Amino acid sequence: MLNLAKSQTSEPNFHDSPQPVIQIENLCHYYGTGSLRKQILFDINLTIQPGEIVLMTGPSGSGKTTLLTLMGCLRSVQEGSAKILGQEIHGASKSEMVKIRSYIGYIFQAHNLLGSLTALQNVQMSIDLHEHISNQEAIAKSSQMLAQVGLAERTDYFPATLSGGQKQRVAIARALVSHPKLVLADEPTAALDKKSGREVVEIMQRLAKEQGCTILIVTHDQRILDIADRIINMEDGYLSESV
Amino acid sequence: MKIPLAWRQLTHDKTRLLVALAGIAFADVLMFMQLGFRDALFESAVTFHKQLQGDVFLISTQSTALIAMRSFSSRRLYQTLSFDGVASAEPLFLDTALWKNPQTQATRGMMVIGFNPERSLMTSPGLEGGMEKTKIPDIVLFDAASRPEFGPVPDLFKQGETVETEVRSRRVRVGGLFTLGASFGADGNLITSDLNFLRIFPTRSKDLIDVGVVRLKPGVDPIATVAAMRQEFASDVKILTKEEFVEFERSYWEQGTSIGFIFTLGTAMGFIVGIVIVYQILYTDVSDHLPEYATLKAMGYSDWYLLGVVFQEAVILAFLGYIPGGLVTFFLYDLTRNATSLPLYMTLARAITVLVLTLIMCLVSGAISVRKLQAADPADIF
Ligand SMILES: Nc1ncnc2c1ncn2[C@@H]1O[C@H](COP(=O)(O)OP(=O)(O)O)[C@@H](O)[C@H]1O
Ligand SMILES: [Mg+2]
Repeated sequence: MLNLAKSQTSEPNFHDSPQPVIQIENLCHYYGTGSLRKQILFDINLTIQPGEIVLMTGPSGSGKTTLLTLMGCLRSVQEGSAKILGQEIHGASKSEMVKIRSYIGYIFQAHNLLGSLTALQNVQMSIDLHEHISNQEAIAKSSQMLAQVGLAERTDYFPATLSGGQKQRVAIARALVSHPKLVLADEPTAALDKKSGREVVEIMQRLAKEQGCTILIVTHDQRILDIADRIINMEDGYLSESV
Repeated sequence: MKIPLAWRQLTHDKTRLLVALAGIAFADVLMFMQLGFRDALFESAVTFHKQLQGDVFLISTQSTALIAMRSFSSRRLYQTLSFDGVASAEPLFLDTALWKNPQTQATRGMMVIGFNPERSLMTSPGLEGGMEKTKIPDIVLFDAASRPEFGPVPDLFKQGETVETEVRSRRVRVGGLFTLGASFGADGNLITSDLNFLRIFPTRSKDLIDVGVVRLKPGVDPIATVAAMRQEFASDVKILTKEEFVEFERSYWEQGTSIGFIFTLGTAMGFIVGIVIVYQILYTDVSDHLPEYATLKAMGYSDWYLLGVVFQEAVILAFLGYIPGGLVTFFLYDLTRNATSLPLYMTLARAITVLVLTLIMCLVSGAISVRKLQAADPADIF
């Protein structure tokens, strides 16, 4: 924890300043080149404040995932401005993008856990990247995180022996163990049944509130809309705010 | 301590790991055998030379190898006695003759070596004291490491039986054994006295010799002596130090024949088989785990980290595969040595050579398969 506190000093502190976690202005995005070039995102403007839980809905193919990968520095911004955690990412270098990624927690539709590692070790992979702590501390921290997602009994299980909901909870533990400022989740409940889908989102909500992080969830799931502070809607590449 | 991802990825699927290690071990054994055979064959070609007790050797300039010796006048040899540092100069006769298998009567060519039994010109194991017996007419000593086609001579002799047969149609009796071994040129060897030699080859003259063996007085530098002799002698004889004599024979087989090429090619095949196997393993690892690797990139792991994982896997495979490969080789060397009487031994140099080749093999495979890592695009996994 000491190390974490130290590393935080070198970054802007989002709780004291009114600076938004995400600030997107006039963002446009295109796929393809030449005559095949097709605009996917049109003049997107979006501001998300620290601590907010925002849900993004919209029909399939409307550009939600594209917007998420742009915000997550997984794809380069082509047009417009996007400030993530205070840093402009339009024109950011590859290494700058890799750096910003490490401050973001990602949760995917597929859990993408490493099959050769136990639940605990999967979580530890995230700690390894962020902190220089002893193996014992990393293990303690990982198992604590797994306990928080209700998997205290499953730390030494390999992903292949876990259910879909359990795997997604390991993925959440992995995304949140390093206390990211921003969590991006793309349809995290799509592969889960109703009950575990609801559970997973509630865990995310609870942990986000505890850690004070910002969450953006893309979802189709009508039953989880109530956890959001705000809901935004994407349609044919245009973003609108629901009221 | 960080999670040793490369190790986990490799060892998670035990069956696949075992297949990979078997493949690498196979490639290693292939390389070990090819290199071993090459060295053993070249080594067997010079065993005779190494067993000769001399400092300076004279051969005809027309001689190219042990299988193609031309005789020269013994006068040349005795001329060397005029040099200060020379202690002795002895003629050695070499020729091939047909030996009749005492049991089957089948004939086969073997090398016959003749020299004065008073002088111990050779240090072959078992030869001590044996030369004494060749002073009796038509007594020969038989190479116990000759190929079995010559008959069970060593066994019969050890059982105390009289082994009599014909060499070049002359009746001879085996009076003792020694160990030299088969080589390219000779499947078996006989040693006898110079007089017996001339009895077997009655058309040969005692004044035309094949090798002149010169011994120097203690402390005399052979290189300087050879240089001085070359100055003085007409160019019809080649004058060589012992090292040069050994090298002369070896380079004939290494450069004058395609043996070296064939075995180097065999080694290269093993190397390529290894590359293909390791590439298969590493490539499958990367492509099977593309979403996971892309996720690691999304988490903030750099491309370098993933490159490191693949190369670590390559190095681990190299070492883990080398161990069984080396053990199997020890066993096969032993087997081959007993079956062929070739001097096939594991040497440190060859052990290191094959280890380095294995590492290169695995790293090359790693380098080819990391290209697949570029396909792990974190933008595609959402
Ligand atoms: N890598 C890509 N190359 C070309 N077109 C793409 C690519 N990814 C997505 N698209 C297209 O962009 C549009 C938006 O896709 P996406 O952002 O995945 O939408 P959503 O997540 O809302 O379903 C779709 O029409 C899709 O076919
Ligand atoms: Mg999508």
